[in-house]
Amino acid sequence: MTLIKLFWSFFQIGMFSIGGGMASMPLIQYQMVDLHHWLTISEFTDLIVIAEMTPGPIAINSATFVGNRIAGLPGAVIATLGCIFPSCIIVTLLARIYFKYKELTVVQGVLYGLRPVIISLIASAGLSVFVLAVWGEGGFSLNPHSINMASVILFAVAVFILRKWKPNPILVMLGTGVIGGAFYLIRN
Amino acid sequence: MGGKKKKYIKLFTSTFYLSMFTFGGGFVIIPLMKKKFVDELHFIEEDEMLNLAAIAQSSPGAVAVNAAILLGYRVAGMPGAIVTILGTVLPPLITLSVISLFYNAFRDNAIVNAVLKGMQAGIAAIIADVVLNLGENVLKEKDILSAAIMVGAFASTFFLKINVIYIILVCGGIGALKIIIQMKKKRKDDEF
Repeated sequence: MTLIKLFWSFFQIGMFSIGGGMASMPLIQYQMVDLHHWLTISEFTDLIVIAEMTPGPIAINSATFVGNRIAGLPGAVIATLGCIFPSCIIVTLLARIYFKYKELTVVQGVLYGLRPVIISLIASAGLSVFVLAVWGEGGFSLNPHSINMASVILFAVAVFILRKWKPNPILVMLGTGVIGGAFYLIRN
Repeated sequence: MGGKKKKYIKLFTSTFYLSMFTFGGGFVIIPLMKKKFVDELHFIEEDEMLNLAAIAQSSPGAVAVNAAILLGYRVAGMPGAIVTILGTVLPPLITLSVISLFYNAFRDNAIVNAVLKGMQAGIAAIIADVVLNLGENVLKEKDILSAAIMVGAFASTFFLKINVIYIILVCGGIGALKIIIQMKKKRKDDEF
């Protein structure tokens, strides 16, 4: 039963993430954290960190990670299969249609409608990660003592560096990690 | 038969290698694929590679997997597609399986925890940067419908917690409707 749920869950992620990479993140978050409670929000963020640091598509990475945690290696394989199954069918179909008709205006219309949605979805997932970094598992609160000022400063500096010099994002992520670790060592 | 076998092996090793060493997802892997399959192996022409990339990017699913399927299919039919899928999927499957074995022991370590906490801020910053770049492009077009969809979709997912899939279906439908209405209008204008 779990295997079927895993397959179906990642089938949906594979089916509805258009644009790759970060676009699949909110879908993964919805399925893993909100719907099935397979991951907590901080485990989900760890997953993004791991997926960013390791090669391969984030959706496949999460399928392997979550599948392994829930049902061992068979879970990982089933989840990965679920994730690529829609691609296999739709891509081969689209390729045939594409070479036949080249310009599909309705498809272009659908893509026109989806482009702004993808941005909003990424923004929403980003905001959840921001809330986690600043307030922790408890979530948003107005109490100033619950705010992790170190995270706020790290975030602001990292955004500034990214906008100004456009470095490789993985370097920025590793940098904030090193600073986080150093901060802990100094405090203790 | 020998030549065919060689082609399959080449397809597998090439996609395995690309997937193993490509960080940063689909948009990075496409130029590398072009280098390998067009310039090095001469399996397909450059124009065709660009068409395949366009299909890969506008289809659902991981861009790298989509591109691998198209390449394999184009070069060696269905068996070719299966070979390239395996080549693309195996590296992350192996890497992540190993990592998830150590994850629990890893997560309980206080320093690792502090490092991950720092990285949370970093990830939030990276996402903010991506959103700012993409959002700027949409707002530059001064298209009210696009901007409205962006705000509406954000409110529906972040505050109302509506299933992402419904949001995608509705907004895709709105886009299709817009194009259909435009085409009908154009046809009417042409009649007069």
